[in-house]
Amino acid sequence: MKLKLGLALLVLVLLMIGVGPWFGTQDPETIHWDHMAAAPDATFWLGTDVMGRDVYMRTLLGGQVSLLVGLLASLVSVAIGVCYGMVAGFIGGKTDALMMRLVDVLYALPFLFLVILLMVFFGQHLWLLFIAIGCYLWLDMARIVRGQTLALKAQPFVEAAGAMGQSPMTILRRQILPNLKGVVVVYATLTIPQVIMIESFLSFLGLGLQDPMTSWGALVNEGASHMELAPWSLWFPALFLSMTLVGFNLLGDGLRDRWDPTSQQRASDS
Amino acid sequence: MSQTDSNSLLRIADLTVRFRSGHADMTAVSQLSFDIPKGQTVGLVGESGSGKSVTALSILGLIPQPPGHIAGGQIWFQDQDLLALPEKALRRIRGNDIAMVFQEPMTSLNPVFRVGYQIAEVLRLHLKLNKKQAWQRTLELLDWVGIPEPQRRARAYPHELSGGQKQRVMIAMAIACEPQLLICDEPTTALDVTIQQQVLELLQNLQRELAMSMLFITHDLAVIADLADEVVVMYRSEKVEQAATADIFRQAQHPYSQGLLACRPKLHDNPKRLLTVADFLGPDGQAKQPVIEAAAPKPDKTQQGVLLEVRDLKTHFPLKSGLFGRVNDHVKAVDGVSFQVHKGETLGLVGESGCGKTTLGRTILNLQAPTAGQVHFDGIDVFAQNPKQMRQLRSRMQIIFQDPYASLNPRMTIGQALMEPLRIHRPDDCQALRQERAVSLLEQVELNPDHLSRFPHEFSGGQRQRISIARALAVDPEFIVCDESVSALDVSVQAQVLNLLLDLQEQRQLTYIFISHDLSVVNFIADRVGVMNQGRIVELNTAKAIYHNPQNAYTQKLLDAIPKGEPKIRPKGQTTGIIT
Amino acid sequence: MVELVVKRLLWGIPVLWLILTLTFFLLRLAPGGPFDQDRELSPAVEQLIAEKYQLDQSLPVQYAQYLKRVVSGDLGPSFQYADLTVNQLIGLGLPVSLQIGFWALLLALLLGVALGAVAALYANRWPDTVAMLTAVIGISTPNFVIAPLLILWLAVHWQWLPVGGWSGGEWRHLVLPVVTLSLPYIAAIARLVRGSLLEILSQPFIRTAQAKGVAPSRVLLYHALRPALLPVISYLGPAAVGLMTGSVVIEQIFGIPGMGRFFVQGALNRDYTLVLGVVLVVGVMMLLFNLLVDVLYRWVDPRTVPTDAAGARG
Repeated sequence: MKLKLGLALLVLVLLMIGVGPWFGTQDPETIHWDHMAAAPDATFWLGTDVMGRDVYMRTLLGGQVSLLVGLLASLVSVAIGVCYGMVAGFIGGKTDALMMRLVDVLYALPFLFLVILLMVFFGQHLWLLFIAIGCYLWLDMARIVRGQTLALKAQPFVEAAGAMGQSPMTILRRQILPNLKGVVVVYATLTIPQVIMIESFLSFLGLGLQDPMTSWGALVNEGASHMELAPWSLWFPALFLSMTLVGFNLLGDGLRDRWDPTSQQRASDS
Repeated sequence: MSQTDSNSLLRIADLTVRFRSGHADMTAVSQLSFDIPKGQTVGLVGESGSGKSVTALSILGLIPQPPGHIAGGQIWFQDQDLLALPEKALRRIRGNDIAMVFQEPMTSLNPVFRVGYQIAEVLRLHLKLNKKQAWQRTLELLDWVGIPEPQRRARAYPHELSGGQKQRVMIAMAIACEPQLLICDEPTTALDVTIQQQVLELLQNLQRELAMSMLFITHDLAVIADLADEVVVMYRSEKVEQAATADIFRQAQHPYSQGLLACRPKLHDNPKRLLTVADFLGPDGQAKQPVIEAAAPKPDKTQQGVLLEVRDLKTHFPLKSGLFGRVNDHVKAVDGVSFQVHKGETLGLVGESGCGKTTLGRTILNLQAPTAGQVHFDGIDVFAQNPKQMRQLRSRMQIIFQDPYASLNPRMTIGQALMEPLRIHRPDDCQALRQERAVSLLEQVELNPDHLSRFPHEFSGGQRQRISIARALAVDPEFIVCDESVSALDVSVQAQVLNLLLDLQEQRQLTYIFISHDLSVVNFIADRVGVMNQGRIVELNTAKAIYHNPQNAYTQKLLDAIPKGEPKIRPKGQTTGIIT
Repeated sequence: MVELVVKRLLWGIPVLWLILTLTFFLLRLAPGGPFDQDRELSPAVEQLIAEKYQLDQSLPVQYAQYLKRVVSGDLGPSFQYADLTVNQLIGLGLPVSLQIGFWALLLALLLGVALGAVAALYANRWPDTVAMLTAVIGISTPNFVIAPLLILWLAVHWQWLPVGGWSGGEWRHLVLPVVTLSLPYIAAIARLVRGSLLEILSQPFIRTAQAKGVAPSRVLLYHALRPALLPVISYLGPAAVGLMTGSVVIEQIFGIPGMGRFFVQGALNRDYTLVLGVVLVVGVMMLLFNLLVDVLYRWVDPRTVPTDAAGARG
């Protein structure tokens, strides 16, 4: 149920974002002096903002940026987190203790603050944005993957592979990695909405992307500050943003119900 | 509808319970009827999935609904049908008139409450005692079930007690309101033999003192032999036989009961093969005449050359504590063990949980680093091998684990799992050849070779254990460590797997170390037996000598604790109980 | 227990030092300075200012002096608010943030646990579906979307509550910010409680309680809820930090004089001491809350030492 609903939402959003701009009749950056804060009509389907720009096109193009940042930053965090967690869990012992201590220390840093500092000081580049977010979010993934790896390593089938004469690298690749896939996919799916949320939060503070580039967070910020004049310039970006986040969260939940080893165990027991 | 007659306390009549799984309805209990007479013990026997636990839960109205539902029948208790009783009235009976002891003492107590508190809760609930009275009574109850220092133990949390103590607490909780019926669902299955014996004795004494009736559920007939007055045998959700305990043991009528009795290895006679349920009961449910092979004395295999030599082996685990995690003590899991295993021989290692037998097996295979000592396999010093040499050596020595569910990679098909070892040790073979070998391996462990592309979860526990055996055989080993390899299986399946291990040994000249907590299983399969206690082998001798002439006090204790599987002979008058 | 507290506090010192050092050099490496935006200053004035804030010395010296001052409890003068010290600024902002955060945490706990318990009790039936769908939407809707919505309806349209402002913490001014702030946490706790309760309800010890004749309501609220709350306790640490250190968004939208805005403003204006001060306070709060949570955890769960924040993600 959750899975289907989440997928449906995401497909809808993706279709809109991917195909929608083709049908758009307006340029997203052109300022229409005669149509400032205009309500939705036949020309401006979702109205215009206070500066007279087409909300329809801006929302869809902003969505492309938000999604791109979400996907790339998640990729960064998943890649770092999986490698780090797997190595720590598999080697175990002192190495593991040391590596996890580092994660503990990093957890203790007010990371979001550091990301804000980075954005403030080093300009608002797209790539910097997703590297900064990705470097912040990998910690969760590292912990989850490390815990799973530790649990898997203690499983008799992994020990059997060792007793069979499989080398450690092969065990990691053939016995452990396939069993991690589910967890990684689930938590990666749940990381994407987190990233989009952080990006939109930064954009809301004016620390995200700079004009003319825009994202949902930036649009919501603009919309919110003029909501009495042009409420539609708040509603539509906000609606899209929420739909996307709900979609990803539902998808992740649904996948977790289906794939997470703990819930799977319960299913096979009954 | 019939009600209980004066002599019976509980009458189950035509009970049918169904479970919905997916779109299909599965019948868990079908048309079951039997009585539990006042003051007597009825044993309910069957293998896992036969519906015996579901029956017990139905009596208390604890079937999870959904997916389960009672499809028909009545359960009469004191002139009322428990199945028709409203939930509120049923709650007054639960824990008060009918109480239950469950199988898993580890998880059946709430981990975040003190055990005394959990007992006192029943007293306050049903007997309306105040806090102080309830606590006082709790201490008495703990004392009664044989918990030392009840004052202190009542304040303990479940994790601070041993398995046996937890089960005693469960029993104290169950008898707190002096119930008329005590239901015990496999109460000793998770316990060591010596503890099992103590708990069984406790239950027996309590039953006599309280003059209560007891429904004792087990998969192991031997356990209830001297406990039950009457036995009900369940098979595939139906009752197949009901008789006085002595009659069941002397002349079971139904082929399934006969099979169940025969498949359990016995200490006193040692057949060449174990009979299984399949020897008595054909696939269509018709009775068969089993072919009994005469018992033959085991040949002496100590004349063969030595394959494995263990010299003064020690494996210690450091215990860390304190502010900086300093090592200030060790758990001496294996503490100076020496023995030899001859080619083609089976050496049994027996002991209770925590005696170090599993660590010993793992250390011999160099899966666990030793603290001191040596292991020579066919003249090769195992601990002196570099990683690469060790990996090559592994094709000659293998291990089969206990848990059939965790032993197989859930994401690999059976075919992949069997071909994996071939990829390592015969990298030059082509895929077709490997496939061919996998098929032949499945045939050797008597599984359908068409199942190569299936995943582990599609198989039963016994089948999975066969697959683990096939995987171990894939590299053509000479030596296999079987670590509790049959302990998680039902007795009838256990017999089949034991027979398979024996057959394979004969065909392939295999040498086994067979580790188990179950002395009768070890006695059946092993040529020589080592008894382990606290990291040491306290006695090592031929199986026969260990059984007939134990030298060590601990061995004697283990032997005494094993349920003999012989029914008690009680004078008729005594069995009807005190209420007359 | 004492050992745990001592160990954690000792461990906290290098962590705080690391945070400070990292932030200090990050700030100084950044382009721009605290007085760039002002109009052109004469070299003499610039010199004076630099001396006042000790910017004329080398970086390592400044770093050493700053550390020395922090150890004595002085966070230094603010660059931006010329007449105030950082201690004074934080003294103004922190109580406001703490107050809002405290109520939001309380609300999140109460509503979250209740919602999660109802969902678990009616698992896979309509109340569960409704509760969990609401929770997903709650988690997925940023507070800068919810806040304008609430303002538009409750404050502008129906005029039940003030649009914003603080008024010394009068309750009518607290309602909207507290509710907005707590919504995602309510949703997160509800999901956590539901999952954990369902897991616990399938445990054998619940069957034991039922077999004792304990009423279903007591089984749920007593036997199941207490162990089920353990992951919630783990979650409380990060949640408390998130709620009580001040939310820039909430403060900006509702016009509240909390601590969150200091940070962003300070960063934009290169107000070095203010940013460092806020980071230090947040760091201390993180350490304290996590320690508090661990102590609480041990108190509720007699079994184990918590290995990690198991509840970070349900």
